[in-house]
Amino acid sequence: MKHIKEEELIAYREGVAEQRAAISEHLAACEECRGELERIEAVLAALDTLPVLDPGTDFGRHVWRKIAPRLEEKPGRWWRIWLRPRRLAAAGAVMALIIAAFVAGRISTKDKLGDNIANKEQVRERVLVVAVGEHLGHSERMLIELSNAAPASPAQKQVNISAEQHRAEDLLEENRLYRQTALQEGDAGLASVLDELERVLLDVAHSPDEVTPAQLEAIQKKIEARGILFKVRVVNKELQQRQEVTKPAPAQNESTKRERNKV
Amino acid sequence: MNRMQPSADSTQAIAESDAIAVERTLSGDRDAYRVLVERHSHNIFRLAYRMTGNRHDAEEVVQEAFLRGYQKLGQFAARANFGTWVYRIAANYAIDRMRQRQKEESRREAPRVEDPDGMENDPLNRVKDEAPTPERLTQSIELRKQMEQALAALSDAERTAFVMRHWEGCGIEEIAEVLKSSSNATKNTVFRAVQKLRHALQPFVETRAQARAMGTES
Repeated sequence: MKHIKEEELIAYREGVAEQRAAISEHLAACEECRGELERIEAVLAALDTLPVLDPGTDFGRHVWRKIAPRLEEKPGRWWRIWLRPRRLAAAGAVMALIIAAFVAGRISTKDKLGDNIANKEQVRERVLVVAVGEHLGHSERMLIELSNAAPASPAQKQVNISAEQHRAEDLLEENRLYRQTALQEGDAGLASVLDELERVLLDVAHSPDEVTPAQLEAIQKKIEARGILFKVRVVNKELQQRQEVTKPAPAQNESTKRERNKV
Repeated sequence: MNRMQPSADSTQAIAESDAIAVERTLSGDRDAYRVLVERHSHNIFRLAYRMTGNRHDAEEVVQEAFLRGYQKLGQFAARANFGTWVYRIAANYAIDRMRQRQKEESRREAPRVEDPDGMENDPLNRVKDEAPTPERLTQSIELRKQMEQALAALSDAERTAFVMRHWEGCGIEEIAEVLKSSSNATKNTVFRAVQKLRHALQPFVETRAQARAMGTES
């Protein structure tokens, strides 16, 4: 009889096993696996006895007293973050995308249906290409700077990466917006690269302000391992090429999207 | 799993009441936010305490989660559940706090001799090295110490995944969102956490069980 792996037993115990019914069936018939599960359960049951400190009935009021003086009169409205210059630029690009698509639709209403769709797609794509190209350029520069960062001397124990971290935070917001727009535009390849970029930006944004040389090296290795700089460069170059073509044929668009999907 | 699960009716009532408090806060009634803080502080504290392992950090996480929640309240989708939303903010901040704490501790630590195999830093070895005498093993307090050490030896992601899944009963998707990871990777993280805890604690748990069976421990 083939026994259940520890991994599956733990997943079963924690309620995340995919083959739950099959595992239950096996456990009913296999004493050895039941024993293994019991040993896992004994450890988890022991952990469940660890007490959680009771902060006291007054805790909620205590928290309020602490934070109340630090609260602004009114909480931030979602649109306020877009008033920051960089985010305003990203929002503007997407707004331009929507307006351009609308105008293209209006102008081309007298055209044939096929031309109309092609026109709208071209205008939308041009706006997206310009905005995302610029965003990728900024991201690339930040990643290159971070990849080249190093302690000034071997004795230096901390490297300050707060500038890159703050840029990553700003880029993150833009990236989310462009990724969602690319997805709405059906550009899965671009959305996928932006998704990968977003993960790297998140890592950088969530890093401490100051890192040890070892931590910095780990971040740099992560960037390198994901090949994100290469992907960003390839996509950015391709976007620049698309930007140069004034009126790309729809067939070319599809082809370039397919090429990017390969990346 | 120990997460306290209120009934569907009470969950609905709390969510509706929360939605009203959020709306009032957004319209400028700052005291309405107090209702939300007082209602959800205990839940957030429990999560934060389990993640950070100490009161000081847990309190900081609770305060910061509500401060960030207030600042971002405009981004909160009215149809979402405020409790779940602020809980995620807290989990994210707790991870940051744990990383920061590790950084502070690593600064304080004396430089170590190079350890090419990484054995010295293996948390399991640390637990074994500090194995108590058989007599002390019979004491529950010793097991508790071992459990705290084993939990502290988990990586931030492993501890977060274990706390959120095993103790808080969160769904894999919810944990994946906090860890910025995929569902499969998150399941693996839960597995690794339980596996490490098991390997670190099973000898102690079995010794205690034997002691109990022999009547040397109540």
